[in-house]
Amino acid sequence: MSSHSTYDMLRHLADSWGLLAMLVVFLVLVAWPFRPGNRHRNDEAATMIFKDENDG
Amino acid sequence: MTSMTERHKKLEKNITLLGVCAFLAVIVGGIVEIAPLFWIDNTIEKVEGMRPYTPLEQAGRDIYVREGCYVCHSQMIRPFRDEVERYGHYSLAAESMYDHPFQWGSERTGPDLARVGNRYSDSWHVQHLTNPQSVVPESIMPKFGFLAQNDLQVHDIAANLTALRHVGVPYSDKDIELAAADLKAQADPDADAGDFLKRYPEAQIRDFDGDPKRLTEMDALVAYLQMLGTLVDVNGAAAQEELASEHGR
Amino acid sequence: MVTVLARAGLWLVVLFLAVIGVALAADGGFAIHMTIVALAALLAVWFTVRSADYTAIARGILKMPDQGKYDDDPIRWGIIATVFWGVVGFGAGVFIAAQLAWPALNLEPYLNFSRLRPLHTSAVIFAFGGNALIATSFYVVQRTCRARLALPGLARFVFWGYQLFIVLAATGYVLGISQGKEYAEPEWYVDWWLTIVWVCYLAVFVMTIVKRSEPHIYVANWFYLSFIITVAMLHVVNNLDVPVSFVGSKSYPLFGGVQGALVQWWYGHNAVGFFLTAGFLAMMYYFVPKQAERPVYSYRLSIIHFWSLIFLYIWAGPHHLHYTALPDWAQTLGMVFSIMLWMPSWGGMINGLMTLNGAWDKIRTDPIIRMMVMALAFYGMSTFEGPMMSVKTVNSLSHYTNWTIGHVHSGALGWNGMITFGAVYYLVPRLWGRERLYSVRMVNWHFWCATIGIVFYAASMWVAGITQGLMWREYGADGYLVNTFADAVAAIHPMYIARTFGGLLYLLGGAFMVVNVWQTIAGKLRAEAPLHNAAYDPEADKPIVAAAAVH
Repeated sequence: MSSHSTYDMLRHLADSWGLLAMLVVFLVLVAWPFRPGNRHRNDEAATMIFKDENDG
Repeated sequence: MTSMTERHKKLEKNITLLGVCAFLAVIVGGIVEIAPLFWIDNTIEKVEGMRPYTPLEQAGRDIYVREGCYVCHSQMIRPFRDEVERYGHYSLAAESMYDHPFQWGSERTGPDLARVGNRYSDSWHVQHLTNPQSVVPESIMPKFGFLAQNDLQVHDIAANLTALRHVGVPYSDKDIELAAADLKAQADPDADAGDFLKRYPEAQIRDFDGDPKRLTEMDALVAYLQMLGTLVDVNGAAAQEELASEHGR
Repeated sequence: MVTVLARAGLWLVVLFLAVIGVALAADGGFAIHMTIVALAALLAVWFTVRSADYTAIARGILKMPDQGKYDDDPIRWGIIATVFWGVVGFGAGVFIAAQLAWPALNLEPYLNFSRLRPLHTSAVIFAFGGNALIATSFYVVQRTCRARLALPGLARFVFWGYQLFIVLAATGYVLGISQGKEYAEPEWYVDWWLTIVWVCYLAVFVMTIVKRSEPHIYVANWFYLSFIITVAMLHVVNNLDVPVSFVGSKSYPLFGGVQGALVQWWYGHNAVGFFLTAGFLAMMYYFVPKQAERPVYSYRLSIIHFWSLIFLYIWAGPHHLHYTALPDWAQTLGMVFSIMLWMPSWGGMINGLMTLNGAWDKIRTDPIIRMMVMALAFYGMSTFEGPMMSVKTVNSLSHYTNWTIGHVHSGALGWNGMITFGAVYYLVPRLWGRERLYSVRMVNWHFWCATIGIVFYAASMWVAGITQGLMWREYGADGYLVNTFADAVAAIHPMYIARTFGGLLYLLGGAFMVVNVWQTIAGKLRAEAPLHNAAYDPEADKPIVAAAAVH
């Protein structure tokens, strides 16, 4: 395989399958927080910074 | 679902895993996009005329970098009618192949310099660098007259060329061996330059700063400015062929 | 005792190497830099050996309260450094802005615009921003983990090592020691030093999270962690270079030409994405909820914000290279991802703003909240403007003009500056155990000076940028270019003056901050009327919804 075709292959990968794979992983991660049953845990995490009266 | 929640809990509570995932997210994007570029060297056909900088030009380029000229001047002409008319033929990728660092710039507080070579006389450059407002009244460029006062002091120009060879600039052993002599010879029309012009075609040999007795930083910088964009005959057949193979511009 | 000797020994080695560096230096700049390093190492040896009670001395000078539950000394130093470098950076900015309006202010060679511009950018990004990030991350990570800082000695090394990096970088620019890559100008040995400091920073941060006594890792820490890791990666890859000599300052970057350009802007854009965005978002996710006294609007949204931001940002670099010799496909990828980046950015902005839901009155009564809200508003504006400018057609006009400068500053002054000021005002009374700030009204003055300053700055640079873009491409009926380049320079002269004025106002706001922080640390309270002093009107004090329901 000549290096020219390596470049062509990589560059096609970058704007086709590579891009698609990144998109899929990204969508999974975005969907993740919305899976059911973790509202409680999220609320807990969000209010955790107020637990200490005085954090001086 | 439970197992997935459990797994996510793990991610949210495990610093190592969180770090690794974040690192993967940022590194994959970078690699996919940047990696192909490292095979591009071979897809840019060597354009006829491109050669490494002469020692004097390189010393001038180092001064260009040192003074931060790139802060206000780009060296990258985009393929628009107005830019091509104002600055000359648009820049080819191959024209900056020996540029470490590249100096494309990001801002045109002053005009583009990619093809400024041979557009003005040496004395215009010296005058302009010494007092820009005396030649261009509207100019807001700082003065660089001190360059004409400073002797060109390069600790060991052969070491500079060697370092450049390490990063991929094809200097020959002879180029490096003769670097110090070449540096002086290019600014002295009376000196015997040997095969200098064979090794560096199109190089310009003369006194650049108007003071033949001294080799100053001004000599080096003007030598660099006067060669910018002059190496490749952009209207020649080879360049046109290369242009045809550069897509989407 | 053994550790003291080991540390002192290590510093002696550094001192020894630096002295050798001075002796063998290939150029004057390197000799000066090695002298600075030698002095720093000498100080380090001195303080290590006399480890007796120098902290107590420093605590006395800086009027620090006694040790509490958390290790706050490096944070107090960091806040002082943030305020100091901030004013230095703003001052340098005003000076170089004035140089563009009045070129006679250039004093060759050391105080030329071209040498001072990297000084300004590094001072505000790395010195002001970097110190703010290190200090706040140490504060937030301790509070959210309920753990004292791990590796306290290393944390102190991180602070002082980072200051040495700043001093070497800044003096280097003035002396003409530059790598010639924007926002990555420091030369090879300074880069190596920063790498060491940064790895220690990562170690302190991660080890503190590891020893936490709280199950969750709060989302602010995610942002801090990704910022530290990514900046390490960007810094190392972009600064790979070959020194000409190990006793000289000059080096040549490994990547040149097209590859160099793409690596540089992959670095440059993600320095914005991870240094100036992810790190400061971490501040936002802690200090906005704390100051507003209510949890972040949606914790889910913050998780999405995190992943989408770090996923998308890393691709966007090529939009700095539109229409250049970079291959077309890479430009298009950069453009597409930049536009997609708009969504997570606005998700984050909405998340921050909506945190105030139900407490909007605080914008009127609490100038710190007002600063934070203004920061988020500017974050929203500049993350809308950015994707727009990355569209190739817009970019063909805006690139190379002052529009870019205006865009950068609406982000830097508006977003980074304001959120940092908010955090500083939040932290100073707490860190020094004061009842409140010296003056809340002075915060208000700071707010207005900064806001009006930004308006002058951004508006003048938009006008200047579009003027430049249009004048450069203007054709007459005869088919020739109408304007010379110098015509466009002359045309924007008034805009340069307006910009300088805006910067001056912003600097004035910074001066108010200095006084306020100084007096608060000194333990003084300004006698002043509270901000919420509107007369009570029982007629107006009725819920609107209830009134409507009656009818």
